[in-house]
Amino acid sequence: MKRSNAPIFWGLFGAGGMLAALIGPMLVLITGIAIPLGFWFSRDLFTYTRVLALAEHWLGKGFIFIVVSLFFWHSAHRIFHTLHDVGIHAGLVAKLVCYGLAMAGTLIALVALLHIGFK
Amino acid sequence: MSARRPYKRPMAGWWRRNSYFIEYMVHEATAIFVALYALILLVSIVQLASGEAAWNQWAAVLRRPGSVMLHVGILIAFLYHTWTWFNIMPRTLPPIMIGGKRLAAKTITVAGLATALMSSLIFFAVTHWIGK
Repeated sequence: MKRSNAPIFWGLFGAGGMLAALIGPMLVLITGIAIPLGFWFSRDLFTYTRVLALAEHWLGKGFIFIVVSLFFWHSAHRIFHTLHDVGIHAGLVAKLVCYGLAMAGTLIALVALLHIGFK
Repeated sequence: MSARRPYKRPMAGWWRRNSYFIEYMVHEATAIFVALYALILLVSIVQLASGEAAWNQWAAVLRRPGSVMLHVGILIAFLYHTWTWFNIMPRTLPPIMIGGKRLAAKTITVAGLATALMSSLIFFAVTHWIGK
């Protein structure tokens, strides 16, 4: 019998959902609202050198990669399983599009982060 | 072309007839906002990898009122995701037995939400410290 690949996708969905539930709101508040408006944090944190320093450090790089990829896999899995509920056939094409986009996002993130390099 | 046209039950709007399904659709829809935020982060690192000029342009976009408003919307969706994630958790976890009794659903939800609050505060403190 062919082994199901469902546990992998479900695991990524769960990990991404848990990460989003634990620190997602704070992450959005800091990167999308607080730093751009300059409250609690200095707006200087979004200068090129500061952001680059974060992405060059292995810890910062790893954190960014985990957040981006897991958020993509979480949403891809959830959207794929909700398609049926809105009357779209959740067949192979839909599966390839949903998980394919998550895979593309993961690979682009990986390439960009490796291109930035380590320091 | 076949003359047979089997009846297909229409799917449009079925979930709007029941508050349980409305909640289900709303919490499933948070995934769109999670994907959108992941996309914003992805664009950010691609712009960062493209050099200083590209990054500065992108940082200016992030400072626009429209971007901040969008992030307020994303924030609301994320908060709702956190809330439902731990509300559903008692049904997604296998039963946890403590002293022969099943751990109450409410205990799991409250413990989850408390963990989220603690993690968020720690994350805020760490980010603040790094940003000094």
